Amino acid sequence: MRILVCVKRVPITGGRMVLTDDAQAIQTRHLGFTISPHEECGVEEAVRIVEAQGGEVTVLTLGPAEAEEQIRDCMAIGADRGIHLVSGEEWDAQATAAAIVDAIRAEEPFDLLVFGNESADAGNYQVGIRVAYALGLPVVTGLKGLSVEGGRARCEQEVPGGRDVYDVPLPALVTVKEGLNLPRYPSVPAKLRAKGKPLDSRPVERPASRLEKLRLVVPEGAGKQAEILGEGAAAAPRVVEVMQELGVA
Amino acid sequence: MSALVFLEGRNDELSLQAVTLAESLGGEVAAVEIGGPYAPSAWAQAIVEAAGDADIVGPGSDRGNEVLAHVAAQLDVPLAANVTEVRGGEVTRVRWGGTLLEEARIHADRRLLTAAPFAFEASNSLLQAERLAPELDGAVRVVEHVAPDTGGKVSLADAKVVVSGGRGVGSAEGFAILEELAALLDAAVGCSRVVTSAGWRPHTDQVGQTGTKVSPDLYIACGISGATQHIAGCKGAKKLLAINADPEATIFAHADYAVIGDLHEIVPAISAELRKVQAT
Repeated sequence: MRILVCVKRVPITGGRMVLTDDAQAIQTRHLGFTISPHEECGVEEAVRIVEAQGGEVTVLTLGPAEAEEQIRDCMAIGADRGIHLVSGEEWDAQATAAAIVDAIRAEEPFDLLVFGNESADAGNYQVGIRVAYALGLPVVTGLKGLSVEGGRARCEQEVPGGRDVYDVPLPALVTVKEGLNLPRYPSVPAKLRAKGKPLDSRPVERPASRLEKLRLVVPEGAGKQAEILGEGAAAAPRVVEVMQELGVA
Repeated sequence: MSALVFLEGRNDELSLQAVTLAESLGGEVAAVEIGGPYAPSAWAQAIVEAAGDADIVGPGSDRGNEVLAHVAAQLDVPLAANVTEVRGGEVTRVRWGGTLLEEARIHADRRLLTAAPFAFEASNSLLQAERLAPELDGAVRVVEHVAPDTGGKVSLADAKVVVSGGRGVGSAEGFAILEELAALLDAAVGCSRVVTSAGWRPHTDQVGQTGTKVSPDLYIACGISGATQHIAGCKGAKKLLAINADPEATIFAHADYAVIGDLHEIVPAISAELRKVQAT
């Protein structure tokens, strides 16, 4: 089983977003970086499948030179090798999908391609689907359950009121959501081994954006003035009054 | 220029919000619903055929975003997902689950858009939706539906009140007082990502950008600091009551009501008061 997982380096944001002076990005000087929780579950799932059935997990990212840190993190979870398309700029969804498709075509075919359902930052909800169309693969999104057996994938998609189930032949592309599994915490030896795993890095040139980011804006309204109902247990009667006013108690 | 709206259902709240977005574009608005088993590529193809060269708009739900992404891939045009405003060829759209906005320009001769949840009022125009029944052929489709056993409890997504706990709850056992309050209010219990990562609650209880997005009448955030990941999941709430020991916690900047202090004293006191009121 050859599995590809696509991940994206994103900052670990706290409670407040501060923008750079040109409003093109979040100020990240004091922030750490990670990948989206969806993608973390994607890596974990791929590693579990290969642990059970044999094969190889490849991790691919399109991002700045520093994104090697995220590829090594994925290798510490158990990915075997990495492909790093290096670009310091932000790409729109169509260009991202096209670059990933080019990279995949240069590889031996994969049986399963795994993406996060949407990136934590841009949230375009489409890169995986566009890649599937370009490669002519079946695609199922938003998975909370996946089992791969006998050349087919049984996919459980979370929907209001339960899960919709799909059954698709491999090769296939899936996008996953947090909750699919509980990703392992990498051990120190696993982190050390990750440093020596093969990584293929190459620069890529960003084409013109068809959904062109002009600027980022911190939304108003976050600075609400809350009505203070009181301090400690003494506030309880006032809280219940408010609940009655709202018609919920 | 006209617009075609994909409705998930005739009375679906997010779909009616998408109608409002379509109406804001200024042209004629038509709507389609799709029958039969869910098969995103076939549904998208039916929408593409029905749309001609019109703009295509959908709800910013999981399914709305999925179908519109299929439309975008079939047409090879950009999709602006979760927009809050459109100004000609420019849009404002949601990033980081709504804690940041992006202004962007669409370089294409038509617009593909989904409406960010709760960025628009639901439209009350009485649109006649055409019902399409696409050929499924070999399209990937839903073959089975599995419904979870909720044990008769109200689900997070449907609850009118959500009682949610964060790091401040302190332990899995600490959620007992939240469960107690929730039972009195016929509420669902939620939690922040810190709590599921610690293993105190299952991921199905997680409210947030990568968990469930809720829209209750009242959201009670107990011991939740207010990280952007969490706010993205609860900003659909009509009212937010925050209970937190730290008066400077970020959650208060998103709250309508605040109680400052130890949730371990406050939550049981609210339950006791509710019992008193409910007994009379």
